[in-house]
Amino acid sequence: MNPDPIAPACLSTPGVILVDVREPDDSPPAPPGDPLPGAARTVDLQVRLLDQNDRQAAANRTWLRERGIRAVNLVSSPGSGKTTLLERTLDALAGEVRCAVLVGDLETDNDARRLRREGLPVAQITTGGTCHLDAAMIARGLEALPLEGVRLLFIENVGNLVCPASFDLGENRRVTLLSCAEGEDKPLKYPPIFTSAHAVILNKIDVAAVLGFDRAAALANIHRVAPQAEVLELSARTREGLDRWLDYLRALL
Amino acid sequence: MHELGIAESALDLALDQARQAGATRVLRLVLRVGALSGVDPEALQFAFTAVLPGTAAEGASVQIDAVPAVAYCPDCQRDFSPDTHLFFECPVCGRVCGAIKQGRELDLVRLELI
Repeated sequence: MNPDPIAPACLSTPGVILVDVREPDDSPPAPPGDPLPGAARTVDLQVRLLDQNDRQAAANRTWLRERGIRAVNLVSSPGSGKTTLLERTLDALAGEVRCAVLVGDLETDNDARRLRREGLPVAQITTGGTCHLDAAMIARGLEALPLEGVRLLFIENVGNLVCPASFDLGENRRVTLLSCAEGEDKPLKYPPIFTSAHAVILNKIDVAAVLGFDRAAALANIHRVAPQAEVLELSARTREGLDRWLDYLRALL
Repeated sequence: MHELGIAESALDLALDQARQAGATRVLRLVLRVGALSGVDPEALQFAFTAVLPGTAAEGASVQIDAVPAVAYCPDCQRDFSPDTHLFFECPVCGRVCGAIKQGRELDLVRLELI
């Protein structure tokens, strides 16, 4: 039995740092009784609710720059291949570029376990239900990771094609994955995550024919919604097209 | 989908303001939510029912004002309202444009305190 009901359900794994960002409930109790009529006052605020996140993201960006680290935020639906792409990428860059990984999921450290490599700092951020990573979670992850000598930080966001688009983490590049299995029209259905991307990876091209995937339509949709984004077609599984992605990463350094 | 976190942020801000103003309760929160903010007003309204109880804002009314999207075409130099908020194709010249003038708002604009 897990003695602490608040603690993450998964057990810690050697080599994987767990960062649990669930907040304790410390909200004050409500005072009793109904308010007196006519005694209320109005306060005009005009506060942006994402201001706090944006400030923290700017602080993360500065922190990383001062240490010579470039950060790449990988976003996509669940199951489009972020972890597999990272596995291939880390193996290909081993011995060439020192990397580190922050990986976010609602529960479990399964992804961090898959990404464990000799000498690779990797931390699992367990959001406990939150559907995206935010800048404060990244700040805590950065504190937990030994980043000496690291030049490239990968942030694997929570699998979700909606919410991560709204949250700047302080990354240098946002890379959105779209797998052939998801259909050609995802960029039209979920535009913010594409309009905010520096690059779009079209993954699983090895099975495109089997799925009847219309490549030209997908590329047209991506270009229509995100004309600014560089498009990389690859299969993380077979490594087809992986070299262009690796060159894209090398060019960031 | 992250409306719960947004509601918590708004509540934290409201409780801070109430403390600073020496108020004991928050009676009303007014928010402005843009069509492109990624936040669903109904889900946000529902999220408040989860976060307000047990706080000094318990029972407060929450007003969420929706802000429609407005885009701008630099070629035609005119504003247009995207008929869907999927992408921003100028109805005159057909240029797909990323210039959003309005619709990303996600603001806490007003509180009533006592």
